Amino acid sequence: MITPADIVAVASSAALIILGLALILTVWRVVAGPTLPDRILALDMLTGISIGLIAVIAVKTGFSLYIDIAISLGLVGFLATVAFARFVLSRGSIKSPAPTSPAKASSSTKASAKKRHGGGRKR
Amino acid sequence: MMDYILAAVAALLLISGALFALSAAIGLLRLPDLYTRMHAASKVGTVGSGLLLLAAGLYSQDLAILARAIAGFVFLLLTAPVSAHLLARAAHLSGYQLGAVSVRDDLGKR
Repeated sequence: MITPADIVAVASSAALIILGLALILTVWRVVAGPTLPDRILALDMLTGISIGLIAVIAVKTGFSLYIDIAISLGLVGFLATVAFARFVLSRGSIKSPAPTSPAKASSSTKASAKKRHGGGRKR
Repeated sequence: MMDYILAAVAALLLISGALFALSAAIGLLRLPDLYTRMHAASKVGTVGSGLLLLAAGLYSQDLAILARAIAGFVFLLLTAPVSAHLLARAAHLSGYQLGAVSVRDDLGKR
């Protein structure tokens, strides 16, 4: 006799295995990603998969408080991605040669700030 | 009987959400450049997480928890495009090139 709890237990175990595989593939992209935005995107994806994983654990254990944790993780992950995007933006163009002296560094950042729209705001 | 239907729906949501997340991860690995990978990560990953949250909310059989899960899903749905757009714009302005498969770059023509 299969009870409803058995069905959900098997399904949640399978979901945990599949999500573990997805997490491994995403971590591979974080490690191997050729550029910085690739790694940031993969980290964003990691938080997304973690939210799903927490929801599966909430089903498996019966603790509904885990859903609040998942929502707060979503908040933090969104803010982290926005902050990383700002860091990429404030790093300036990757085509410009690396500055060697402090004077040249300030001039190059000023040039990159002038090149993008709204770069004159406070950073 | 009602319990069996609920369990079957929750199991279906769990498996399909996990498969969505897995396909998003595979897309993140297989697609050629950042701007194409963004499609897989932001769209498919959001749907996968949302389905899993919905499964947790439905299986709890509590309206408050279901409302919280739906609120989390809506929040994900609202913030994923914003963060993806910000990251894509920052990467494009910093000079990261599109992959060889891309045929148009409307942002670069300005």
